[in-house]
Amino acid sequence: MSALAYPDHITATYYLVLAAILFTIGAVGLLVRKNTLVMFMCIELMLNAANLTFVSYANALNDISGQVIVFFTLVVAAAEVAVGLAIIIAIFRRRQSVNADDVDLLKG
Amino acid sequence: MSARNLLDVAWVIPAFPALGAVVLLLVGKRIGEPKAGWLGTTMIFLSFVASVIAFFALRSLSPDARSNVSQGFTWIQAGTFRVDLRFLVDPLSSTMTLFVTGVGTLIHLYSIGYMHDDERFSRFFAYMNLFAASMLVLVLASSFLMTYLGWEGVALCSYLLVSFWFERNSAAVAGKKAFVTNRVGDLGFLIAMFLIFQKVGTLNYSALGAAARLPHSTVTAIALLLFVGAMGKSAQVPLHIWLPDAMEGPTPVSALIHAATMVTAGVFLLVRAHTYFDFAPHAGTVVAWVGAITALYAASVALVQDDIKRVLAYSTISQLGYMFLAVGVGAYSAGIFHMITHAFFKALLFLGAGSVIHGMHDEQDMRRMGGLRKYMPITAGTFIVGWLAISGIIPFAGFWSKDEILAKAWFSHNYALWSVGAAAAVMTAFYMTRQVWLVFYGPERWRDDAALVRANVVQGTGDAHEGDDVRVQSASGPEPHESPWTMYVPLLGLAALAFFGGILDLPFTNAKLNVLDRWLDLPESHAASSFGLGLLLSTVALIIGLIGIVWGVRVYQNGLRGDGTDSTVERLGGFARVLQNAWYIDYGVSRVVSGPITAFARFLSEGVDGAGIDGAVNGIATAAREGGGALRRLQTGLVRNYALGIAFGTVALLVYVATRVTF
Repeated sequence: MSALAYPDHITATYYLVLAAILFTIGAVGLLVRKNTLVMFMCIELMLNAANLTFVSYANALNDISGQVIVFFTLVVAAAEVAVGLAIIIAIFRRRQSVNADDVDLLKG
Repeated sequence: MSARNLLDVAWVIPAFPALGAVVLLLVGKRIGEPKAGWLGTTMIFLSFVASVIAFFALRSLSPDARSNVSQGFTWIQAGTFRVDLRFLVDPLSSTMTLFVTGVGTLIHLYSIGYMHDDERFSRFFAYMNLFAASMLVLVLASSFLMTYLGWEGVALCSYLLVSFWFERNSAAVAGKKAFVTNRVGDLGFLIAMFLIFQKVGTLNYSALGAAARLPHSTVTAIALLLFVGAMGKSAQVPLHIWLPDAMEGPTPVSALIHAATMVTAGVFLLVRAHTYFDFAPHAGTVVAWVGAITALYAASVALVQDDIKRVLAYSTISQLGYMFLAVGVGAYSAGIFHMITHAFFKALLFLGAGSVIHGMHDEQDMRRMGGLRKYMPITAGTFIVGWLAISGIIPFAGFWSKDEILAKAWFSHNYALWSVGAAAAVMTAFYMTRQVWLVFYGPERWRDDAALVRANVVQGTGDAHEGDDVRVQSASGPEPHESPWTMYVPLLGLAALAFFGGILDLPFTNAKLNVLDRWLDLPESHAASSFGLGLLLSTVALIIGLIGIVWGVRVYQNGLRGDGTDSTVERLGGFARVLQNAWYIDYGVSRVVSGPITAFARFLSEGVDGAGIDGAVNGIATAAREGGGALRRLQTGLVRNYALGIAFGTVALLVYVATRVTF
């Protein structure tokens, strides 16, 4: 099964490293950027890095459950986008801004 | 119906006045005056009838079997502690019920006239009935705790009745004082009960004999603690301070408190629990000496009082001292005898004083009376009977009982106690003579306003609660008048009792005329006594009384001095002030209470409670608030900060898991 479409010298490690790099980019982006939309995309990036990891392991370990979890992740991500974008639009309508630091109503 | 069946329903004796109290409290206003008074009087009279029936039922039993505990129910059950609500009828409680209800009936009857036109007429009779019911529960109790129930009921009723005219601040304060002072004594009674329960296991009077098995120190402690309770209730030095102030209540209440339903409770308790004193001779000595000192002290204070009721109040304290003297030397039946005769003549004197106050339009100062025998002959005549009885003149009741106490003190070799008692007896005769002469003989000082003003200025000892307007009113008011029949009929009845009361217990033991003594069948100290010496002592007692009277008449035959001053006060000089202020005991107690005790209470309130307990509670609250205030800065509301937190948290968790797996 492992010989499916990949050259032999490209092992699971490559994919995992790629996923780690993508996740780091996403995490750092989430922390340093103020634009809500960009932060949102960073979250998507992290989710997909996780998906990539699942798929890599599923392929490497020859276990289909990794790929099944990806479907769950996709569903959650879709729901999150639907809700998240709605919130961002609502905030933008009120404040004419999508800056995350402008929103601190829950400050203690 | 056998005698025992009759005695089993002894509960009706307190039930009648209790029922009266309930009915009068609920619908008394609707019953109205004077029907409410008649209802209350009828109830206590029915109780008296029941007491008489109980007495004859008890007498029909053989002398050894004269004790009956009625059926009842369990009142309190907790572990091994069990108290039943049953009524004990024996010669002692039967005697007590007879004179409590008998004298009580006359006082109730008198109150109908005295309380005429009072706006709380029916409530007065409700309280009076409750008072009598409490006292009857107290004497008919079959255990210490039941006695305590009546004991507290009596204290409550005294509070309600002393401050009956609560619109007057002094009355409200006096009621409170009576209640609080009684609490001090009650604490002793309570601790005595704890000790008895711990050592004996039951509070029933049937287990009184257990005193013989207890160690000497325990018996002495119990006896002394019971005496502390009795001191509070029976107004012995230094817990006597409430009784003179209790004069603030209506006069029939004073009569009831002094004669029948309250102050006698202490003497009764000691006689009831006499086995503890039988086995604690040292406690008996303490009781006798406190009694003797009280008798002397109160008699000395009564010498210079100007308020007609105050003289009688101190007189009661003094006579109670005699009763404790008797109990202390083991002459229990002599104590009870004096209690009964005292009930007769003191009720008489108080009701007589009430009649005088009534006739004089609420004047209580003896310096503004005089010559009243022409205007109120019945009151004067009966009062004079009471005066001779309390002074110990043969053949009046007081002679026999007081003589018996003094003789018993002598025969038990307590010559010092006898001397103190004799000294108090001289003073008693003197101050009572002074009162009779100031009130009923001499010039009619209430006519002479100018002399009164002069008297007040010169003497400057007028009671603080009597203002000028009272004097003017009384001086310009109508002449004194005799009281209505509901008031003087009880006076006549009590005068007869005060005259003939002595036949209850004549000292002629050979002819078996010591009726009460044999009826009560209490253990006596069997010290040697001889009839000849007894006769001599009686003669001495009589002479003592006569000396006091003759001396009093000599001093007061013309009333006050020409300038309105009192010869006794004049002669005693500075010491009169000490006596007028009752040896400053009241003053001293107030100083202690307002000084160290208030300071200690303030320390407890502000130091321990304020700083300590409140401080701890408030400290915890402050710590929580300050901590929350510090922590809330973490809650910035900024999404990115939270994200950072989550990131750090995740990393920390990962590190933890990774290291744990590794090592």
